[in-house]
Amino acid sequence: MPAEPLLRPTDRGLYCAAGDFHVDPWLPVPRAVVTHAHSDHARWGCGRYLASRQGERVLRARLGGSGAPVRAVEYGEAVEVNGVRVSLHPAGHILGSAQVRVEHRGEVWVVSGDYKTEPDPTCAPFEPVRCHTFVTECTFGLPIYRWSPQAEVFAEIDGWWRANQAAGRCSVLFGYALGKAQRLLAGVDVAIGPIYCHGAVEKLNAEYRAGGVALPPTAGATTAGRGTDWSRALVVAPPSAAGTPWMRRFGEVSQAFASGWMRVRGMRRRRGVDRGFVLSDHVDWPGLEAAVGATGAERVFATHGYTDTVVRWLRERGTEAHALPTRWEGDRAEEGAGEGEAEG
Amino acid sequence: MRRFAALYAALDETTRTGEKVAALAAYFREAPPRDAAWAIRFLSGGRPRRLIAAARLRAWAAEAAGVPEWLFEECYDAVGDLAETIALLLPPAARPGDRPLHEWVEDRLLALRGEDEAAQRREVLRAWGELDPAQLFVWNKLITGSFRVGVSQRLVTRALAQASGVDEAAVAHRLMGSWEPSPEWYRQLLSPETGDADVSRPYPFYLAYALEGEPEALGPAEEWQAEWKWDGIRAQLIRRAGQTFLWSRGEELITERFPELAEAAALLPGGTVLDGEVLPWREGPLPFAQLQRRIGRKTLGPKILREVPVVLLAYDLLEWEGDDQRALPLAERRARLERVLGPGGTAGRLLLSPVVPAATWDAVREAHGDARARSAEGLMLKRRESAYGVGRRRGGWWKWKVEPFSVDAVLMYAQRGSGRRASLYTDHTFGVWDGGELVPFAKAYSGLTDAEMREVDAWARRNTLQKFGPVRTVRPELVFEIAFEGIARSGRHRSGVAVRFPRMLRWRRDKRAADADTLETVHALLAAHGARE
Repeated sequence: MPAEPLLRPTDRGLYCAAGDFHVDPWLPVPRAVVTHAHSDHARWGCGRYLASRQGERVLRARLGGSGAPVRAVEYGEAVEVNGVRVSLHPAGHILGSAQVRVEHRGEVWVVSGDYKTEPDPTCAPFEPVRCHTFVTECTFGLPIYRWSPQAEVFAEIDGWWRANQAAGRCSVLFGYALGKAQRLLAGVDVAIGPIYCHGAVEKLNAEYRAGGVALPPTAGATTAGRGTDWSRALVVAPPSAAGTPWMRRFGEVSQAFASGWMRVRGMRRRRGVDRGFVLSDHVDWPGLEAAVGATGAERVFATHGYTDTVVRWLRERGTEAHALPTRWEGDRAEEGAGEGEAEG
Repeated sequence: MRRFAALYAALDETTRTGEKVAALAAYFREAPPRDAAWAIRFLSGGRPRRLIAAARLRAWAAEAAGVPEWLFEECYDAVGDLAETIALLLPPAARPGDRPLHEWVEDRLLALRGEDEAAQRREVLRAWGELDPAQLFVWNKLITGSFRVGVSQRLVTRALAQASGVDEAAVAHRLMGSWEPSPEWYRQLLSPETGDADVSRPYPFYLAYALEGEPEALGPAEEWQAEWKWDGIRAQLIRRAGQTFLWSRGEELITERFPELAEAAALLPGGTVLDGEVLPWREGPLPFAQLQRRIGRKTLGPKILREVPVVLLAYDLLEWEGDDQRALPLAERRARLERVLGPGGTAGRLLLSPVVPAATWDAVREAHGDARARSAEGLMLKRRESAYGVGRRRGGWWKWKVEPFSVDAVLMYAQRGSGRRASLYTDHTFGVWDGGELVPFAKAYSGLTDAEMREVDAWARRNTLQKFGPVRTVRPELVFEIAFEGIARSGRHRSGVAVRFPRMLRWRRDKRAADADTLETVHALLAAHGARE
């Protein structure tokens, strides 16, 4: 093993010295390889970006327009960066999300970015990539986090929507504007009633549709006429809209939040919503174990979340594991339940 | 048990009273009487005692879930609730069953009692294999003796009334006393024959608004009557048809908690209803903490009755000779009340709450300044012409509380909260300086905004010196202004004082730990205002 690891943490993010690029840097760098467009992974101000073709539109929307210096590549298409071979592979997190495979002198690293192993109609499914070293996220790296089949979750959401209709109140469903919102739209039963979206969601819906993702018809909540009957409607909005004057138009509402954090009762109650639906775009515990196994990696770095727990668990099972520091460690659950849009 | 677990989830999910009552009523309409009887028992707080030590359950659950104990503890740390942690960790049952609640309780739960560890383990593991996650959670709550649900007895009563069409007061009356959950009992509870209830029915309580600003705004002082505002339990004492009923403001029957009051009430003529305050009393009010010692007890032995005698300080007469007095002006009701109780009260137990003689607002203000010395929370100002209203109404009655005490103290220990704060460090212990050392003097968990709460939680995690179970010793750096209503000497606290209703008034970010108050300051407050133990 060379003295200089292929990737190493720096104060700007994970850095590949051989290729002179960063993966998901959190400060401006000359050359960034970006796993996906959430703001804790794609920061603006970098000289050049490498991202997936499928994620190009939303990334440009996030980085401030078509002028952003983004080079888009197909999944699996390898490019040479200063002699280092870089390719992107589906991560199943949101539209265009990618794992970054880095190969140099026969050594292969894969950086998962955020990922999930469940199917999701709004993005390409997670694809295990063989590697020597795997960098895995572990937002939900505890065995209490185990996702139910999503058909069950959507049946719950539909049931809640119908019950609200029967009670004559509007159903407001909170989920992150990029990714979660579109997955919710693609999963609910469109036959139940009309669907409206917050402006932030509607903008990204347009990007998803333009990228070829089928979403049901939606309308912006602010563009709806005065006489709109909200009691039959589902409104999808980012969590930041909760408690704002924007909510007033809907009259009586039932509020729900779709997030992996809703698995824990205390979190549900703290959120102050009427219902919590356990739906996450991050990998759950069994998925994480399986994903690590499928890479065949002899060494694992855990980052973003319950790093120490995952490291200890893997070590006890004979895998070399280390925690990888990140700026986004924070106080995981609480920040996840707070503003960080990429969490949950 | 699936139906009961669903009811639990529905009650847990909403804070809307109407929805809770609707969920309860729907349950009572559908559930078989034998299940419903057990449900009422659990919903009214009659939870079974813990049958199995938590440490054993943790070990069994970790084993059944295939996780090492350290990982179980990490999960518990994130969840903050043992029953829930186990329910989240166990592999889902292959074929969860749905046997009725009464079977689970009578045949499975109660059967754990007195079994040896091996048998308990076998039974618990078997149960875990038969329940779906929602039932599992409720079952774990029951076997750990931690079953709690956010409904009052009053909501349960209302729901039973809705489901059955029986009058609410009749249901409340029948839920009094001791009963065994059985189908026969449940049928009798909801029997449409309600003659038994009318005699017990209380009047709705009239509630005061807090006075903001100066009393002069209320008009001439002579139109007002001032009374001490007592720190006890607001209660209505009913004597009708040879029976006595004592109702708390939460409209719960508390007659059995206060046998000496019931005994004294027997001396009142039939058709009498008094409104007043139950207070622990020995030639004057005792600290409220003394009353809490009585409230917390299931059975009242002669010792506690002797140690904490109570009285009813009556301040209004709602019914006399069977006639509703509420429309009469206060001055007239008061005159009648004084005749009913006599100058010395009745049997030394039913006493008149004295009127504070104060003819001018200045005199009233002076009395207000004197309230603490009287062990009162402040003054009540009642318009002499006012009728006895229903609920909280503006105009007739005002409460004028004294400013709370406050002390600047240093955060010493942080503990995980419960309920909606289960995984946050929100229950704090604060200390004051004694020489160069901090001495814990109050625990508080309310008063901060949600954002501040999260900030303190995050800070506590980063500044932990030591972890001891759910408690973290934190760097003594943060200063909070702690407000409280009362202070009393206490032999059970290292600081030598016990404070009442402590809460965080504000986070003093402008102060450093060294600037916090000292034990000497606290003891000076005690000397000046302390209630007798």
